[in-house]
Amino acid sequence: MLNLAGMAAEAEQNWPGLVQAWVDRRTPLCELRCPPSEILPEVVHWVVDELLFRFAGLIVEQEPQEWDLRYLFYSIQGPPRWARLRVRQPLDTPKFPSISPQVHAADWYEREAEDLYGVTFEGHPRLGDFVLHDDLWQEAVAPMRRDFDEKAALAERRPDLDWKFRRIVHDPGAFAMPVGPIYSGVTESVQFLLETVGEDVIRAFPRLFYKYRAIEKIAEGRNVDGCLLLAERFAATTAFAHALAYCQAVETICRVKLPPRAHALRVLVSELERFRHHVGVIHDICESTGLSVAASQAAILEEDLLRLSGDLTGHRYLFGLAIPGGLSRNLKDADCIDAVEMAVKILKRLQELDDGLRYSSSFLDRLEGVGIISPGKAWEFGLVGPMGRASGLGGDLRKAQPYASYEHFEFDVPLESEGDGFARLRVLMAEAAQSVRILCQVPVRLEAGDVAVGVSLQSGRALGWVEAPRGATFHGLHLDESGVVLRYRMITPSFVNWHGFHLAAENFAFQDFPIILATVGLSATENDR
Amino acid sequence: MSRWVISGLRQGVVTTCYPTRMETAKGTSPGLPARLTPMADEFGQELVDVCPTGAIHFERGEARVDYGRCIHCFRCSRSARYVLEWESGFEWARFASDGSNFVKGAASWPKAFRKSMHIRVVDAGDCGACLNEVKQLNNPYYNMHRLGFFITPTPRKADILLVVGPVNDHTRLPLQAAYDAMPTPKLVMAVGACALSGGVFGPSFVTGTGVKDVLPVDIEVPGSPPPPLAILHGLLVAAGRKPPMPGQDGR
Repeated sequence: MLNLAGMAAEAEQNWPGLVQAWVDRRTPLCELRCPPSEILPEVVHWVVDELLFRFAGLIVEQEPQEWDLRYLFYSIQGPPRWARLRVRQPLDTPKFPSISPQVHAADWYEREAEDLYGVTFEGHPRLGDFVLHDDLWQEAVAPMRRDFDEKAALAERRPDLDWKFRRIVHDPGAFAMPVGPIYSGVTESVQFLLETVGEDVIRAFPRLFYKYRAIEKIAEGRNVDGCLLLAERFAATTAFAHALAYCQAVETICRVKLPPRAHALRVLVSELERFRHHVGVIHDICESTGLSVAASQAAILEEDLLRLSGDLTGHRYLFGLAIPGGLSRNLKDADCIDAVEMAVKILKRLQELDDGLRYSSSFLDRLEGVGIISPGKAWEFGLVGPMGRASGLGGDLRKAQPYASYEHFEFDVPLESEGDGFARLRVLMAEAAQSVRILCQVPVRLEAGDVAVGVSLQSGRALGWVEAPRGATFHGLHLDESGVVLRYRMITPSFVNWHGFHLAAENFAFQDFPIILATVGLSATENDR
Repeated sequence: MSRWVISGLRQGVVTTCYPTRMETAKGTSPGLPARLTPMADEFGQELVDVCPTGAIHFERGEARVDYGRCIHCFRCSRSARYVLEWESGFEWARFASDGSNFVKGAASWPKAFRKSMHIRVVDAGDCGACLNEVKQLNNPYYNMHRLGFFITPTPRKADILLVVGPVNDHTRLPLQAAYDAMPTPKLVMAVGACALSGGVFGPSFVTGTGVKDVLPVDIEVPGSPPPPLAILHGLLVAAGRKPPMPGQDGR
């Protein structure tokens, strides 16, 4: 395994005169500056397939004179390391080579950048109609550009009224079944276009971004505090995780060192949120299979955890707690200990429920061998979080790139390899248990003292990362010297995992579809932003 | 299968006593700032500046909070020199101020929903919290079936449209279609600060300022998110079985 200095040297040696490398030991990170030519896919191939970095995401930024594209990679084995590929191009030539043939996980990032910035990626098989639906907006609208005029865009809309989604299956008798955006009981707005010849779903295509609220666009020009509200509230079932990632980005820019108590309490609240989120997904799984007693019992546990969060922090979804520099209010030691004890009791009841589920053959029949994602496909699509870990793809940012003092806590990262619905349920159950294991270690780490320090704003760029309940999330932030947001980028686990959702849904029967949807536990609002 | 019967029985009854009596369990509601607080001018102006959504108005020595805009960010309870007291409780639902014919009195409030009401929930760009709280209404703690409220998958059977989210561009047409598909008489309930005022998301080029931009709203439930009991109160107000929160704008 190369260290970062070795990596920089080898990159410059492999592509002499083309790639410039430098190492930032503080992060630690190796930046490779690449020209926008055919060597970019080669460098990406080298970073991913030979150095075994994982693709974290793509950040596009429009500078006054040029396009600035940053491809981020992180190590999941060995010491925490980052790699960043930086590609620039003058503003008048918005063309870049596509890296998705080498890294399939980059596919949607390129589509997103094309839709929002009007930047093309040569060699990408399919661009257009992604974030902004073509039946509502003309393809030429690029809202993330600095010179985007929203009044003009709204005044002359020329949507493609004949838009039809592209059929892939042309067998005799094949038909397409649209599900959504408004469907079933209490569901998020997503459309699933299911192609079938009768019984099995041959192709499943989720049409997302119904809930696009342009968070990254409306964040620009806000101050740090105003942007925090967006970070916290764009995906509220995992609000604290995203608020934390954002706060960590601000803290890195402003070089803030947090008091130990703030770190310990952040771990406490993060794990409480993960526990509640996982119980919520377990409830959805029980309900999707029609096992009503189990669904009710899981729902009781979820409500218990919501009430516990509300009682401990004042808000059931943990809003208003994370702020740059620490937490907005101190939690009493006694309250934290009570909360941990309560969480232990709830976990015991969850494990009783788990025992019951494992003895219910009618339940297991609906999950076992259904919605399989193979480890190879999971790697290809770069799946994260419980969905990736159920397919044997490890990598947990709490271990790989520790933050908020996670390096001091003992816990395991559960891993399964079958990749079916039952494996995902087992991962959720095991992760819930690990969260409580972490919670139990928090009270002894609670040192007396403040929970927040003052932040003096500076200009700069930074990345904040958190292992959110659904997987790795990265928040990139660019501030000017007065603390105004120039660019805010959210890379969310749901965006990554929806890309691989069809792997689970295809080639299974129609009646399995709601169950597969429940077991992957994805959020549309976290994806759409 | 007997295992589930036994474990279900062992669980016992957890259902809330609301609406017969008030629920007092901890952690069921984040509360809201006091609606009216007298204070000195300098403190009042500071509070107005602290509120990120413009929910606080200061006039003639009184700070007033518009519940339709409050997003429970707690800044008015921690960031100013003179902070607002927060009140517990959850009975926040009110008639929409510039809403439908029913609210204006041009048509009489439908009586058919007093005993039973079918609800179609529509997500119009919601952040997930309001939607999750609506989902909790079916859990044994709140069990809205006992009150005759049912979630229905089709708008054709629905009596009331429960809308969460600020109504962004992509969900506007599906929302309109769901409303058009409902039989009359029909009610519209906007749930959550985003559905009432756009919240932290609107207005922008893809997001409006709530459901009232698109549909005639009858009932508004403030909160971000409103806890399940607040939504239940809204449904009871819609059914004509509970009075709305006194003193708020509207009818």
